[in-house]
Amino acid sequence: MQASRLKAAVALAAAAALAVGASGCAKSERDDDSGGAKTGGTFVFAGAGNPKNFDPIFNDDGESFRPIRQMYDTLVQNKPGTADLQGALAESWEHDPEGKVWTFKLRKNVKFHDGTPFNAAAVCFNFDRWFNMKGAAAQSQMIYYSDVFGGFAKNEAEGVGEPVYNKCEAKDDGTAVVTMNRYKGAFPGAFALTALSIASPEALKKYDADTVKQNGDSFEYSAFANEHPVGTGPFTFGGWDKAKGEITLNRNPDYWGEKAKVDKLVIKVIEDENTRKQELRAGTVQGIDFPAPADRKALSGEGFQVLDRPAFNILYLGFNQKNPKLKDLRVRQAIAYALNRQQLVQTKGPGGTKVADEFMPDTVLGYAQDVQKYDYNVDKAKQLLKEAGAENLTLNFYYPTDVSRPYMPNPQEIFTVLANDLQAVGIKVNGVARPWNGGYKDDVQQFGKHDLHILGWTGDYNDPGNFVGTFFGRAKVEFGDQAMTEMFDAITKADATVDEAGKKAAWEQVNRDIAAKWLPAVPVWHAPPAIVVTKDVKGLVASPLTDERFNTVSVG
Amino acid sequence: MSDPITRPVVGTPRESVDPAAVEEKREGTLPRGLDRLGERKRARLEQLAQATADKGGVSLVRDAFRRLRRNPTAIVGASIVALFILVAIFAPLLAPHDPAQRFDELTKNLTVDNIPGASSEFPLGSDPLGRDFLSRMIHGSRQTLFVGVLATLIGLALGVLIGAIAGAFGGWVDNILMRFTDVMLALPALLLAISLVAMASRSSQWTVILAVAIVNVPIFARLLRGSMLAQRESDHVLAARALGVKQGSIVLRHMLPNAMTAVIVQATLTLSTAILEAASLSFLGLGDPDINRAEWGLMLGVDGQRYFEVRPELAYYPAVAIIVVALGFTLLGEGMREAIDPKSRR
Amino acid sequence: MLRVIVRRLLQLVVTLIGLSALVFVWLRNLPGGPIEALLGERATPERRALLVKALGYDQPILVQYAKFMQRLLTGDFGNSIRSGDPVTEVIGRAFPATIELAAAAMIIAIGLGVPLGYLAARHRGRLLDNLSIAGTLLGISIPIFFLGYLLKDVFTQNMHWFPPSGRISTGVDNTDVTGFFVLDGLLTREFDAAGDALWHLILPALTLATIPLAVIVRITRASVLDVLNEDFVRTAEAKGLRHKTIRGRHILRNALLPVVTTIGLQTGALLSGAVLTERVYNWGGLGTLIYNSISGGRDYPVLQALILLAALVFVVVNLLVDLSYAFIDPRVRVR
Repeated sequence: MQASRLKAAVALAAAAALAVGASGCAKSERDDDSGGAKTGGTFVFAGAGNPKNFDPIFNDDGESFRPIRQMYDTLVQNKPGTADLQGALAESWEHDPEGKVWTFKLRKNVKFHDGTPFNAAAVCFNFDRWFNMKGAAAQSQMIYYSDVFGGFAKNEAEGVGEPVYNKCEAKDDGTAVVTMNRYKGAFPGAFALTALSIASPEALKKYDADTVKQNGDSFEYSAFANEHPVGTGPFTFGGWDKAKGEITLNRNPDYWGEKAKVDKLVIKVIEDENTRKQELRAGTVQGIDFPAPADRKALSGEGFQVLDRPAFNILYLGFNQKNPKLKDLRVRQAIAYALNRQQLVQTKGPGGTKVADEFMPDTVLGYAQDVQKYDYNVDKAKQLLKEAGAENLTLNFYYPTDVSRPYMPNPQEIFTVLANDLQAVGIKVNGVARPWNGGYKDDVQQFGKHDLHILGWTGDYNDPGNFVGTFFGRAKVEFGDQAMTEMFDAITKADATVDEAGKKAAWEQVNRDIAAKWLPAVPVWHAPPAIVVTKDVKGLVASPLTDERFNTVSVG
Repeated sequence: MSDPITRPVVGTPRESVDPAAVEEKREGTLPRGLDRLGERKRARLEQLAQATADKGGVSLVRDAFRRLRRNPTAIVGASIVALFILVAIFAPLLAPHDPAQRFDELTKNLTVDNIPGASSEFPLGSDPLGRDFLSRMIHGSRQTLFVGVLATLIGLALGVLIGAIAGAFGGWVDNILMRFTDVMLALPALLLAISLVAMASRSSQWTVILAVAIVNVPIFARLLRGSMLAQRESDHVLAARALGVKQGSIVLRHMLPNAMTAVIVQATLTLSTAILEAASLSFLGLGDPDINRAEWGLMLGVDGQRYFEVRPELAYYPAVAIIVVALGFTLLGEGMREAIDPKSRR
Repeated sequence: MLRVIVRRLLQLVVTLIGLSALVFVWLRNLPGGPIEALLGERATPERRALLVKALGYDQPILVQYAKFMQRLLTGDFGNSIRSGDPVTEVIGRAFPATIELAAAAMIIAIGLGVPLGYLAARHRGRLLDNLSIAGTLLGISIPIFFLGYLLKDVFTQNMHWFPPSGRISTGVDNTDVTGFFVLDGLLTREFDAAGDALWHLILPALTLATIPLAVIVRITRASVLDVLNEDFVRTAEAKGLRHKTIRGRHILRNALLPVVTTIGLQTGALLSGAVLTERVYNWGGLGTLIYNSISGGRDYPVLQALILLAALVFVVVNLLVDLSYAFIDPRVRVR
C-alpha cells in the first residue's frame, strides 16, 4: 500500500511537470493572439524605482515625482522640453523691485479632483501648511522646501537661520500675494518645483496629511500621502498595487489644460535597466526611463524613439583641500590638465555627452563664454606639479559603487579612466571604493576622508545658485571645509542680485573666477539622460528636468 | 549558486541507503542543533572523513594514486586543472599586452555602444575601456586562481584549526565549536557570503575572498573533526597511545596527516564552488570594486552583463573559462574521492 | 511528536532574541545607512542632524534596542526605509513570490530528476547515462546567473516565447488571496490570471531548478545503483517478481530516502539561487528584497526582519524534513 502511495506521489510530480510544460505552450500561443489586439487607452511606462508616497512636499526623488507630476500642478511650470518658465495654476506672476513680494494671478475655474475649487485661499493654505509644519520627522523630509525657504515657523533643526517665507495673502479669489523676508535667486524658478505642488486643502485636512510618524528607522505617512492624493493635474489617482509594482492613474475629464489623451496611465516599477529594455521589446510597456547608455543605439535601430533629455547636470572631480598639497592651486590645475576629458566623453559618455568647462550647463543664466579652459596637456600638468614641488604625489581617490546616477551611469569605469590619466602624469592613485549608501557620501561629505572624489548633481530649476551656489556657496567638508571667503561672498552677492542683467554679469564673473582662481573641483561632463518610447507613442516631450507630462501622450 | 556542501554528497550515497545506518549515524551526532539540515550535511562530511580513517599510512595514498591514474574522469579533470595553473603561472609571458593598459588603437573607435572587435594585434578585440581583452583573459586565470585558492586555503586553515581542536580535545570544546559550525552550515552559502560582504565596512578583493572562505570554514571543520574522531579509536592511534606518545604529538604526527587526505579532496571540490561564488558576488555588485583587475568572475558579472548586447563575447569567454575550470576541479575532486574510497565508485 | 515541536519552538525564541541583539548592534555600527540613503546628494550638516534626531539615532543604542524589542513584541517590525510600508507587509508580499518560485523549481527538479536518475541507473554506461552525467556536471559548473541571462536572451528576446520579467502581466486582473499568483488564479477561478502567472513562472523556475535538478539526478542514479546491488533486489529478481513490482516496491522505495534528504539540503541552495534568479528575472521575491535592502539603501528594518525570518524558516523546514523521514521510513524516529 505504501508503495502505491509512493507511486502516486511520483505520478503526481510527473503530471505537475507535464502540466507546467503544457500550459506554457498554451500560454505562448495565447500571447500571439493578444499581440495584435490594441491596448486601448492605456499607456504603460516603466520607471526605475518605487515612489515614496504621493504628498509632493515630502518627496525629493524623481521616481516619486513622476506620478506626482501627473496628478498635481504647480503655480508656474517649465515649458515642455526646456527649463524656461510658463504659467500653470498662476496665469502670470510679478514681483516688487526688491524681489520680496510675489503676486500670482491665478487661473479661474480650476477644480481639484475632489471637486473643491482652486483659488487664492487654497494657494495660501499650502504655503502656510509648509511653513507651519511641526515635528522633526515631517521637517526632515521636506528637503526641497528647506532648500528654497530655509526654515520653518518653528525650526526643529539647529543653525537654520531666518526663514525666507513670511506670509501669504489671498487678495481676492484669483490673486495670491506671497511675501518673502528676502530675495533669493531661486525665485521664480523654484515655484515650478514639483515638491511645491498645490494640493487640495480639503483633502489635506480630511486625510490628516501633516502627520508624519517616526517608526523605528523609518517614517509613516498619512492616508493623504498614500491613498488619497488630490491635486488639480491631468490624471487622478487610481491605485498603487505594490505586489505588482504598478501605479495606476486615470484620466481627469475635468482638467483645466490639455486633457489626457489616454484613459489610463500605468507606471510600472522595474529597477533593473536591462529588464526595462526587455519589457519594452516584449511590448509589455510602451515607454521606459533611463535606458542603459550602451543600449540606446540598438534601441533606436530597432525603431524605438530614443529621446535625449537636454543635459541639465554636471559630474565633477572634487578636491579635498585638507590635503596641504591640494591647497596649492598649481596642483589642482595640474590635475585638471592631466585629465583627458575629451576621451572620457567619447569612450564612456552616453550619446550627446559634452565636456564641462563650468559647473552648470550653458542653458543656465550666467554661463560665461570665456572661462579658462583646461585642455588635456600632460606636459603642462607635469610642469605645474614640478613647480609646486609635488612630483611624488599620492592621492586617495574615493569613488562610489552600487549606484548609477544620470550624470554618472558607471562610476567605476569613470574612476578607472580618470585614475589612469592621473597616473600618466606621475601621480600615484590609491583608489577607494565605497557603496553609495554604505559610506561613500558620509566619507566624502561628512568625514572628508578623501583627497579626490567624483560626485555630481542634476539641476532642479533654471538658476545658477541651484548649481554653483549649492556646491561652493559655503564651506563644505567635501572640499576641505576651507574658508574661501572671497568665493562665498561673491556667490552670496550674485544670488542676492534681483536685476536680471546684474545677476547675469555677477554669475558670469563667479564662473570665471572659479575656473581661474579658485578651482575647488574640476567639471568633467554634462551627460544627457534619455527616455525611450515605442514607435506609436506620440506627444512625449523629453524635459531637461525630467519633468515629462503624460497628458499629451497618445498610443497607437 | 550551488550550495558547496551538496557536492560531496554526489558519489558517496551509500551511507544513506541503509536506513538503519542512517539512524545509527543520527544517534551518534549531536541532535539538539539549531536545526537538522546542518546535521545531515554533517553526516555527509563524516562519510568522507570515515573513508580515510579506516586505514592509515602510506599505502593508502599510493593505492589511491594508482587508482587515480586509471580513472579517465580524474585524468580529464587533472589536465584541465594543470593547464589552468600553467596559464596562470606563465600569464605575463603568454599575454601579448599589459592587461591594464588602454591602447589608443582601441580607444579611438570605442564608445559606450561600440567596442572594437578582433584585429591582428588584438585577437579578441577590446574590453569596455580599450584594453586588450585577450591579455585580460590570460591574466584573468591568475586572479581567478588567486581568489579561488586563497578563499579555499583560508577556509581550510580556519576549518582545520577548529576541526582539529574539536576533534583532538572532544568534550565541551568540541560541543561549543560544533554548535558554532552547525549554525553556519545551516545558512545558505551565497546568502552568508552576501551578508558578510555587505556587512564589511570596506569592499575589496579581500572581502570577497574572506566571505567565500568563511562560508567554507564549517565544512572543513566538520570534515576534519569527523576524521579525527574516527581515528581516535583506530589501531595505530591506540598503539601510539599505548607506547606513551604524548597527546599533542599523536594529534600532530599521527591523526592530522591521515585526516588531511579527505580535506584535500574536499578542498579540490571547494575550489570550483569558490570561483562560482566569487562570480556571483560580482554579478550582484558585491564583488571586487577594482575593475582594473582582470578576474573572470568580475569580467563576466560586471562587463559581461552590462555590455551583453554590445559585445556578447565579453560574457561568453569568461563564462566558458569559468565553466571549464569549475568542471575541471569537480572532476578531479570526484576522481580523488573515488580513489581514496573505492567503494563509492560507480 | 508535540513535545518535539514545542521544544523546537522554544529553542527558536531564544535563538531569535540573541540573533536580534547581535544584528541590531552590528547594523548600527556599519558605515552609511538610512540617513545617507535618505539624503542623497543633498546632505548638509543641519539636515543630517535633523534626521538623526527625527529617527532617534541620538539616543543610546541600548535605548534604541529596547524600543525595537518593545515594538517587536507587539508584532511590529517597523517600516521599510525604501518603501515606507510596514516590514511585515513588505516581507508578506515577497515571501509567497519566492516560495512560489522555489516550489515550481523543486517540482521541476524532482519531476524530471527522479525519473531521469532512475533511467540513467537502469541504462548504466549507455548513452542516456553518459548524457545525464555530462548534463549534471555542466549543470553544477555553470554560473546560474549566466544561464539565466542566456535563457532569457534566447526565449524572451529571440523567440518571444516567455515574458522577460515579473510575475504577472500588466492589466491582468487577479485577486490576491494567498499571494501565490498561480494558486490564487485557480482558487478564484480566474484561469486567465493563473495561466498568465504560470507563463511568467516557467523560465525563472527552470533557471532556479538547474542545480537541484543536477544534484537530484546524480543522487537518484547513485542511490538506485546501490539498491540494485543489494541482496534483496537480486533475491526478488531471482524469485521472478515482475519488473514493475520490483521497481515500485523495492528499488524506488529504498532509493528515495537519500533523495528526500537531498531535497531538504537543496532548500538552502534554492534560497541562494533565488537571489540570483530573482535578480535576473526581476522577480519580486525575497531575493530581490534582500538585494535591494542591502545595496539599494541599507534598509535596516527589513534586513533585521529577514535575518530573523531566515532562522525561522530553517527550523521549520528541518522539522518538516524530519517528519517526512518518519513518513517514508517508520524506522526513523523523530526526536
